[in-house]
Amino acid sequence: MSEDAALRVRETVDAVYRSDSRRVLATLIRLLGDFDLAEEALHDAFRAAVEQWPRDGVPANPRAWLISAGRFKAIDGLRRRARLDALDDGAEPVEPATEDAWDDEGVEDDRLRLIFTCCHPALPPEAQVALTLREVCGLTTEEIARAFLSAAPTLAQRIVRAKAKIRDARIPYQVPSVADLPDRLDSVLRVVYLVFNEGYSASSGTSLTRHDLSGEAIRLGRLLIELVPEPEAVGLLALMLLQESRRTARSSPAGELVLLADQDRSLWNRDQIAEGLALVERALSSRQFGPTRSRRRSRRCTPRRPTPLPRTGPRSSDFTTCWHAPIRRPWSS
Amino acid sequence: MKYMLLIYLDELALSETEREECYVESTQLAQEIKASGQYLAAHPLHPTSTATSVRVRGGKRFVTDGPFAETREQLGGYFLIDARDLDEAIGIAVRIPMARKGSVEIRPVIEIAGLPAD
Repeated sequence: MSEDAALRVRETVDAVYRSDSRRVLATLIRLLGDFDLAEEALHDAFRAAVEQWPRDGVPANPRAWLISAGRFKAIDGLRRRARLDALDDGAEPVEPATEDAWDDEGVEDDRLRLIFTCCHPALPPEAQVALTLREVCGLTTEEIARAFLSAAPTLAQRIVRAKAKIRDARIPYQVPSVADLPDRLDSVLRVVYLVFNEGYSASSGTSLTRHDLSGEAIRLGRLLIELVPEPEAVGLLALMLLQESRRTARSSPAGELVLLADQDRSLWNRDQIAEGLALVERALSSRQFGPTRSRRRSRRCTPRRPTPLPRTGPRSSDFTTCWHAPIRRPWSS
Repeated sequence: MKYMLLIYLDELALSETEREECYVESTQLAQEIKASGQYLAAHPLHPTSTATSVRVRGGKRFVTDGPFAETREQLGGYFLIDARDLDEAIGIAVRIPMARKGSVEIRPVIEIAGLPAD
């Protein structure tokens, strides 16, 4: 294979890593029943891809290939370790998974399992956030530590403890039952909103990394409504998009906060506003009301208006300005 | 997998009637989870005023009155259950009547070799 072709395969592997590594991980966790083992298997699988794809060609279904390779490597490793440990140790044979264990639908279920497990209310809230960013979003421990302005070892410790609790207290790797879903979804939405706020309310000095957090939260929000199209999840994504739409207008070049009434509205992101408003309509049409939808309803008046209204009440923040302003239709009005 | 459900409550805040009602409801719960194969053991405990603590230091025993630590809520009873995972254990814990007044701490049990079988 020419160097060009090898480079192209390498780029394919990189692209598959970006688009699919979290999906592969989620399925490997289910198949192997252990977070650390699955992460190791994920890296082994991509290492194998880098070696084999240039030689054998890119497989028709790269994701299935990676899951299969990862699982094989992990089981192989377990067997070798078991042999080393002691022959009479009674190492449990690993159940062979059925071939359809990694069809597309199953893989999507696994992503949802991963989110619900990382956001399990039995884990401390700060661990839920860290674990979600690490396992679901694929951020490194260093990236998470930087974003939350905490020390990497502290964060690593938090993640290690959370994984130990998942294993020892046997927090299940499953989507909660319909009866438990509202409670459990709340906990997931809270984590996503926490991640968003951490990025949104940061001062501009550290805006680069913080911006990434808001982006991750919106990505998570999109993933959620794709997997659980509950009105509350739709409402949260709308809320995040509408807030995010004003990001660039929110601070001056010197990094000072610009209040809503003084913002340069040409800086507002129209695409995000349009998407956010469409989601608002979708969530409201469900006629069910929860906390994020009411919170968002109180704010949705803000990004619609191209020019500021005359001030009607005390101005202390974006939120109160918005609260005092009457609701009107968008640009057309 | 075994879980110990430790029931904590302010033992002085409970009236005699409430205690009786709690026993009736807890017994009912024990029967239900016995039927579903999740029951291992359960007991209420006498209040901490009846507690005795023992320590052995340097081969010498120290017997004192009262619980190990004075706390706002005291251990008032327990359920030992067999559950598939934490979610199933939580499902049982929320049915314990004292979960509505105090709190139920769920602790996974470590299985060690050499203990006498049931």
